[in-house]
Amino acid sequence: MKRYTNKLKLSLTVAALSVAGFAGTASAETLRILTWGGYAPDSVVDMFTAETGIDVEVTKSNNEEMIAKLRATGGGGFDLAQPSQDRISGPQAEFDIYKPIDMSKIDTSLFVASMLDATKSNTMIGSDVYGLPHVWGTSGLVVDTAKAGGVKDYLDLCGSDVAGKVSYRLKRPTLIGFAFAMGMDPFAAYGDAAAYKGIIDKVEAKLIECKSGVKTYWGGGDELMGLMRSGEVVASMAWDTGGWKLNADNADITFVAPASGALGWIDTFALPRKTKAEDAAYKWINFVMQPKIAAMITAEAGNFTSSLGADDFASAELKARFQGSFPPADVDNIKWYPTVPAGLEAIEGAALDRVKAAK
Amino acid sequence: MRAEARLGFILLLTPLLLWLTLLIIIPHIDMFLISIRERVAVRTYETGFANYLTFFTEPLYLVTFMRTALMSVLATVMTLIIAFPVSYYIAKIAKGRLQSALFLLCLVPFWVSELVRTFGWMILLRETGIFSNLLQFVGIVDGPVEMLYNDTAMMVGLIYTSMLFMVVPLVTTLESLDDSVIEAGYDLGGNAITVTREIVIPHATPGIVSGCIVVFMLSLGNYLTPTMLGGKESLWFTELIYSQFIVRFNWELGAAFGFLLLGLSSFIVWIALRLTGQTLEKTMG
Repeated sequence: MKRYTNKLKLSLTVAALSVAGFAGTASAETLRILTWGGYAPDSVVDMFTAETGIDVEVTKSNNEEMIAKLRATGGGGFDLAQPSQDRISGPQAEFDIYKPIDMSKIDTSLFVASMLDATKSNTMIGSDVYGLPHVWGTSGLVVDTAKAGGVKDYLDLCGSDVAGKVSYRLKRPTLIGFAFAMGMDPFAAYGDAAAYKGIIDKVEAKLIECKSGVKTYWGGGDELMGLMRSGEVVASMAWDTGGWKLNADNADITFVAPASGALGWIDTFALPRKTKAEDAAYKWINFVMQPKIAAMITAEAGNFTSSLGADDFASAELKARFQGSFPPADVDNIKWYPTVPAGLEAIEGAALDRVKAAK
Repeated sequence: MRAEARLGFILLLTPLLLWLTLLIIIPHIDMFLISIRERVAVRTYETGFANYLTFFTEPLYLVTFMRTALMSVLATVMTLIIAFPVSYYIAKIAKGRLQSALFLLCLVPFWVSELVRTFGWMILLRETGIFSNLLQFVGIVDGPVEMLYNDTAMMVGLIYTSMLFMVVPLVTTLESLDDSVIEAGYDLGGNAITVTREIVIPHATPGIVSGCIVVFMLSLGNYLTPTMLGGKESLWFTELIYSQFIVRFNWELGAAFGFLLLGLSSFIVWIALRLTGQTLEKTMG
């Protein structure tokens, strides 16, 4: 009998080794980026590969998936990630998935100084910096002004004149946006879980009350585009770029900064803890922050970057759309997401589940 | 000689054992360990059953759980009702080429992925979709009608997705039923109803049960169809598990939910086998 168990052990070892072998085929000359759609366009990747000889693999994702993926591997599988700046220190404290950034390897003169400082302080744990700013933008309302001109703020999405023709996501930006529109300040309550829960409870009640007028809760950007283009939905919560993209097809549809303030986000560069191509990641950061390259990313993603001087290269059309949606007073009114403390997601999650299940 | 035969047996068994251990048993042990972990503070965990307790104290989760189970049972029953005449026709009435052609027709939709099939339903049912436009064209309705984003749309999707898995076992068992037995039933004075009840259904029971088990499991574990077709109204239990894992970073609760779903599905299958007087061996053999 002993002989067979040995054979069994052998075959198990062979199987285990071959699995390990497949996993290890990615070479060190490859930079694996976990990012959002449009942040690493093919044109930029080709230029980078031509200049440095490093291959780039791009995986498109979103904040939650990025964190979930990195958590599953303890920060492995990718060499550079681009989560939003408010979602770095919380998950880092909880799951230890990022690696501090070596600031000496970064050409800080390429960054807009105020944004760099703000992101550094928001993503700092002790004296270690975990995130650098890359692309920024806002979320607010996308409105078909011909059919729903009256929608000026998040709460207008509950109006009877647009009932059955509105949509939004069941995610945290919706909770935050509605809280501001209801005259509360959720960001001020971030440090106090009980107060925050009080705010979220009120928003939850409001969202359940509004549910009958919602067509569907959209899940992805393409779904929203389809709903707005077909005219089935006339007002929705969305990102600014979504509105501007639709505006290019249909002049009536555009992004509207809500009266209670658009929500501002900054997507960052962060190093996964088990990055295998750290130097390549630094090279990539310094490469894409050059004003001309940054302008190419802006053209692709539709959002502006924190690269100093890149605005000079941005298309006049995009600038015009931005100024149309954001008169100077609205720019000052943007509510920038502060760092989300660990644990708040559980409160929000339970509320969102209840909204989804409500009749 | 005997030793060689045993070596052959072990080699043949190895892939199955590897499959079961690496992909089923080890992940489940790990999942169970995660599910009994309670987060007390940042990076500190304690062992306990708080996650399971959460499930029983929060009505939302319990309601969603029951809803998912009941809707899956309903989907299974409706699939059976639709698939039984279809299978009977294919197995007993259609002959030769027509039989193969009909069987193939059931199979063809499964050559495209589930995602594409679900999108197909969305194109048909949406407010600016084909059905809505057709109804307006014919003059039955005045304005656009929304048929998507409700439980009925979701049910249609679920039944459509699982139809094949009911038809295949039914056709197989019905084909093994000798035609002369049915004829004898009629000769002895039976009519369509009594022959179906006394001869066809008892003979087809193993096929019905195995088809029902597969369809029920597929519906219960379906994620895509409820999310895409059900829209704002339908919270499916798998959706809860997904959001606990991916959106809320709460793997502990997600793992507990996963185990509860496993327990529920096993329990319902056991009950169904008991009620129909079948055993798993008879159904699968």
